[in-house]
Formats: sequence, structure tokens, C-alpha cells
Amino acid sequence: FKLGLDAAPRFIGFINVDLQTDAMLQVDISDALSERDKVKFTVHTKSTLPNFKQNEFSVVRQHEEFIWLHDSFVENEEYAGYIIPPAPPRPDFDASREKLQKLGEGEGSMTKEEFTKMKQELEAEYLAIFKKTVAMHEVFLCRVAAHPVLRKDLNFHVFLEYNQDLSVRGKNKKEKLEDFFKNVVKSADGVLVAGVKDVDDFFEHEKTFLLEYHNRVKDASAKSDRMIRSHKNAADDINRIASSLYTLGTQDSTDLCKFFLKVSELFEKTRKIEARIAADEDLKLADLLKYYLRESQAAKDLLYRRSRALVDYENANKALDKARAKNRDVLQAETSQQLCCHKFEKISESAKQELIDFKTRRVAAFRKNLVELAELELKHAKGNLQLLQGCLGILKGNT
Amino acid sequence: TLRMLTVGIEEEEGGDSFDIHISVSDPEKVGEYMMLFSSTHNLSFSVFPFMSLLQTSISLFKRNEFAVKRRFSDFLGLHSKLASKYLHIGYIVPPAPEKSIVGMTKVKVGKEDQSSNEFVEKRRSALERYLMRTVKHPILLKDPDVLQFLESSELPRAVSTQALSSAGLLRMVNKAADAVNKMTIKMNESDAWFEEKQQHFENLDVQLRKLHTSVESLVCHRKELSVNTAQFAKSAAMLGNSEDHTALSRALSQLAEVEEKIDQLHQDQANADFYLFSELLGDYVRLLTAVKGVFDHRMKTWQKWQDSQMLLQKKREAEAKLQFTNKPDKLQQAKDEIKELEGKVQQGERDFEQISKTIRKEVSRFEKERVKDFKTIIIKYLESLVQTQQQLIKYWEAFLPEAKAIS
Repeated sequence: FKLGLDAAPRFIGFINVDLQTDAMLQVDISDALSERDKVKFTVHTKSTLPNFKQNEFSVVRQHEEFIWLHDSFVENEEYAGYIIPPAPPRPDFDASREKLQKLGEGEGSMTKEEFTKMKQELEAEYLAIFKKTVAMHEVFLCRVAAHPVLRKDLNFHVFLEYNQDLSVRGKNKKEKLEDFFKNVVKSADGVLVAGVKDVDDFFEHEKTFLLEYHNRVKDASAKSDRMIRSHKNAADDINRIASSLYTLGTQDSTDLCKFFLKVSELFEKTRKIEARIAADEDLKLADLLKYYLRESQAAKDLLYRRSRALVDYENANKALDKARAKNRDVLQAETSQQLCCHKFEKISESAKQELIDFKTRRVAAFRKNLVELAELELKHAKGNLQLLQGCLGILKGNT
Repeated sequence: TLRMLTVGIEEEEGGDSFDIHISVSDPEKVGEYMMLFSSTHNLSFSVFPFMSLLQTSISLFKRNEFAVKRRFSDFLGLHSKLASKYLHIGYIVPPAPEKSIVGMTKVKVGKEDQSSNEFVEKRRSALERYLMRTVKHPILLKDPDVLQFLESSELPRAVSTQALSSAGLLRMVNKAADAVNKMTIKMNESDAWFEEKQQHFENLDVQLRKLHTSVESLVCHRKELSVNTAQFAKSAAMLGNSEDHTALSRALSQLAEVEEKIDQLHQDQANADFYLFSELLGDYVRLLTAVKGVFDHRMKTWQKWQDSQMLLQKKREAEAKLQFTNKPDKLQQAKDEIKELEGKVQQGERDFEQISKTIRKEVSRFEKERVKDFKTIIIKYLESLVQTQQQLIKYWEAFLPEAKAIS
């Protein structure tokens, strides 16, 4: 089952706010293909940067290659002072694919109309998930391209330009386990370090804010998902009600047959609107919250890295004092201390700007999406109202 | 709190017309009854029938407006009496609401929570609809038991209310159906009308049940949506609190307020889904049971007539044989029996014709009522949907400028 993308969607949560461009670099996903068990993204680049061979070119990339790029940023010490744009989530069509398969198996047990209807709905669902995953991958690239330092990264350029497979295999079990322990250590560290009060007011405030904010966004994201799922369930019920009313309308011998058919027609239309409401809420609200869940985590990671650097710096100071006291390996201790100091100050400086940019981006994204959410809710409510009133007018006129 | 739901009806029957409004209002738990009756009798309902006469040729009630207290078992008792009097001669007697042990236990224990309140309201509404359907029936309205139910300040306590709740009615109908199945001679349906109608009601039953299931599912999911929206609202408020950009923080709090209002909207809509749409379908599924019952009674009546006829035939043959024997006493006895049986056969035929006639009338009335009911209630239901959308528009229109004000 192959699906092509007709138009590249623009991601909801990302606004290119603060772009210091010395040269133009524009990245987007111009096409995407969903095959049996993988998605192939066509990454399209337009650039005036001198290090690219051409001004415009495209390559095909898969999800694992995006992850490789993201991880290479995280592991790069040079980037310790930046918020690393969160990696896009893995494309997950399993549920949707399973439903389509079940539908195929059950084709014999339902009428042709029912089958066609359900197939259309499942295909629409598949397409929606597909569009979302493309958007998520695109915003990751856009964020990198917009970052004054990351956009210059060599791996990034290779990712954009090298038109062969990057041969990035997925992590094997051992590597995954290593990652797991690394993360455990990091968060244990994080907890430890988070407890130390920062001298710098700005960072102390950011730490308090981010810790609470991240948890609240997580909760809001989960609750919005549940709310939207209930909405979808209700829309599905209305769909079944419309079908039942249609059957009743065709069977009835009284005045009611026309009545039932009219109401069935109405519910067919309103349930499409209800399904659209759920989809729009998913796009403008749920996705927004999910994205800022990931971004706030990335911001927290930055703070932990800074705290780590601070601890290293303080330890280096203590080591220097000790060395001076014993008058042993003083030069070595001095060099080490200077390195740690430099590292810490570098991180602090860029982290401050990153966190300010994060706030600006966040406010702009929420504004855009909340406005669009309200506008869409209004549009759909008005649409529903018009349908209902129209139908009522006809029904009352006839009785 | 006293909640009244008046449903007005107008009935035209043979020139007489009268208005009857009946409302079953909020029940009160009568303390003293709780001690006297240990079963499911501790809720009492106030029945407010009042009547304005347009023609004084009928004076059914002694007063125009009055209220009586009735217990749930009283309603069941009334139905039991009506069913035993009228079902077997072809009248579609509206079934009484179901008993519910779980619901009642909560109320008995004195739990004043949302679910027991909902149960009480469900029951109150069901009883009101039951009474309205009963009094809309021109024959049942004139029945002395009905009049006594509506008028008497004191009602003798219903002794056996096991008899006919809806489940009991179903058992009775099934017994009749079994009798029909055991018939050795298949009824020669000379009247295609009855076969056609039975098939029609059969199909209707299947479809209504299917629709009812879907609507019940909608009620459930709408309630879930309400709960989940409320939870999201709280979560959004918390998020707004922790957001350190002032304008965005405010907008998120406003969003939380909007969602809180919307959750109430969903709750109200779920109630409309239930009390208007779902209960309508449930009522008609139960009514169709009664309809099936009268058709089966007609079969039984036919069978009885046939049985008498066969017996008469046998007796005649026996009498003919006795003619050639010298037993004058036995002959006379036979002749007497034959005379009796001839009477029975004639009665059987009359009964069968009568029940057929009654059923035709009843079905016609039933179908008219069905069309009216569905049209009226579905229109009301659509109006509830309109209201919900209008409210939604109000809420989101108020929120939009707040979202735009984020800078």
C-alpha cells in the first residue's frame, strides 16, 4: 500500500523567528513515500552556501538517518551549550496498517457500501498520520537550518547533500542498552544537580520554570489526547447512527421514511465535521503540546549539561587548591581548571541566548496554534449549526 | 427540589376531546415508608394530573387539578392489572418501566451522589412517559383502575408486583409464543394484513435495537468526552500557571475556562442524547414486545376456536353413532353437550373476529402515535444539538481575541 504526498505540509509548531543569515539555507521535505515498513523522505535543499556543489538538490532519507544526525549533535561537546532540536518520533503506522488488514479480511462479511465507507475512513486516517510524520521530520530539519551554529555542521551538510545511503544502521541491542544506562546516569545526575541552587538568578529561574513546565506539558499532552480520542469515538457512533437511520428510512412504510432519510443524511454530514474537529484539535493542540514536551526536555538537557560543566569546574577548582597546597602537579591542575572554566562560561553564554529564543519560539507557536484552533472550532461549529438548522427547517415544514 | 415536566397531549376520539397533562415530579424519600416496607418501595412519586374539560359530556375526574403520591410498585401494580384485563383481547398495553435492583439499593442506602440522582431522574422520567402513554389510550383512560390510580389519595398496596414489569411481560409473551409453536394445525392466514404487519414489526424491532445500541454508545462516549474535557481543562489551567510569559499564561487560563464550560455542554448534550433519543428507542423496543404479544394472543384465540370446532365435530360423530344404540340418556347428554359446544364455537368465532378487529384498530393507532412520537422527539433532539452548537460558537468567539492578544 503506497501513499504519495501531494503537497508538503508546513509544520504547525515551528516559527522561524530569529534567523541571523549570512547565507541562505532553506530545507524542506518535498515528497514522501510510504512503503511496506518504511517511509522515504525526499529532503530538498536550496542554498547559497559555498560548501555545497549546487544551489538546489534533493536526497532521499529514512527515519534512522534523521536519528543519526540528531544523536551526532547530542554527542558533540561543541554543541553542549545549545538546545538540540528534538528528534522526530518514529513513523508509526502499525495500528493503522493493522486496521486496514482486518478490514481486508472482513470484506466478505459486510455490504459493499459499508466496506467502501470504512476503507475510505481508514485511508484518510493513514494519510493523516503520514502527513504528520512528514511534518515532524521537516520541522527538525528546519530548526537545524535556522540555528546559527548547527546549520554549519558537517554532518548536517552530508545529510543534505550526499546522495547515497548513509549506511546508518539502527542501534543493535548492546548499543541500545548502553544508551539506556547513559540516560539513567544522566537523569540521576540531573536530579542531584538540580538540587543545587544556582548563583545566577537567570538560570535558577529557568531551572525552576523548566522542571515544572515540562511536567505540566506532559500532563496536558496526555489529557488532550484522551479528550480527542473520546471525540473521535463519538463521531464514529454518529456514523453508525446515520447508517441505522438510513436502513430504517428505506424500510418504513409510514411518513417516517422520508423523515429518517433526511435525518440520516444530516448525521452523515455532521459526523464528518465532528471527525474534522477531532483531527484539527489533534493538529493544533495535541501536536503542539507534544512538540513542546520534546523541546522542553531538550532545554532541560541543556541545563543539565551546564550544571555538569559547573560541577566539573568546581571540582577542578578544588583540585587546583589541593595541588597548590601540596605543591604537586600544579600546572596540570591549572590547565584543567582553565579548560573547565572556559567550557562552563561558553555553555552559560550560549545557553542564556538559547533559552531566551526558546521562550520566543514557544510564545509564537502557542499564539499561532491557539488562534488557528479557535478559528477552526468556530468554523466547524458554524458549519454544524447551518446543517442542523437547515434540516430542522425542512423537517418542521413537512410536519 | 421539585422538578416538573409537563407533557401535554390532545386526544380526539369520537367527538369527545379533552386535554390531559400529567407530570410525575421529583420523588421524595418518605421516611416512614422506609420502615414499613423493606423492599423497593421507599421512593414515592407525586403524580399531578389535571384536566380541563372542553365538553362536559364526559366527566372523568372529580376535580380539575390535583396531586397524588404513588410508589414505584403502584405503577407496576397498575400495569399488571391493565395487562391482565386488556392484552388478551388485543389491546396494546404500554409496558411499565423496569425494576432495577442495583439502582434502588444505592437510593435505599441514602447515597446522595450523582449516580443515584441520575437513577432517580431516569426512573421518574420513565414513569412519566409510561403514564402518558397509558392515558393517551382512549380505552385505558376510561378504565376504573387508571382513574383510581390518578385520583385516589390512598391506594391499596399492590400485592404482587412481580406480575408485570417489562421482564414479566416478556415472559408472558414468550409463554403465548410457545403455545403458538405447539399448535398442531398451522393457522391458515386468510388475511394477509396480519402476516404483513407481523413481518413489518419484526423488521422494525431489529432495526430499532441496532439504533438503540448505537445511541447508547454515543451517550457513553459523550459522557467520557465531558469527563476528559474537564480533566484537560484542569491540566491547561496548571500549564497556564507555570507558563512564565504573562500574556500566554493568561491565554492558557482562558483556554482552561472555555474547556470547562464546554465540558458542561457535553454533559448536557449527553443527557439530551439519553433522555430524548435513547429512551425513545428503548420505549419503542419495549412497546414492540407488547405488540408482538397481541398478535400471539390472536393466534391463541384462533386456536381455541379451532379446538372447540374439532371437539364439536367429534361430539357430533359420537352422537350419530349413539343414534343407533338404545341409550336415550346418553343420547340426550350428547345432544346437550353439542348444544353447549355450538355456543362455544360461535363464541370462539366472535372472539377471534373481535380480537382481529381490535388489533387492526390498535395497530393503526400505534403507527400514528409512533410517527408522531418519533417526529416530535427527534425534532426536539435536533434542537438540543442546535443549542449546543450555538453555545460553542459563543465560547470560542469569546476566546479568539484572548488568543490573538498574546504578544
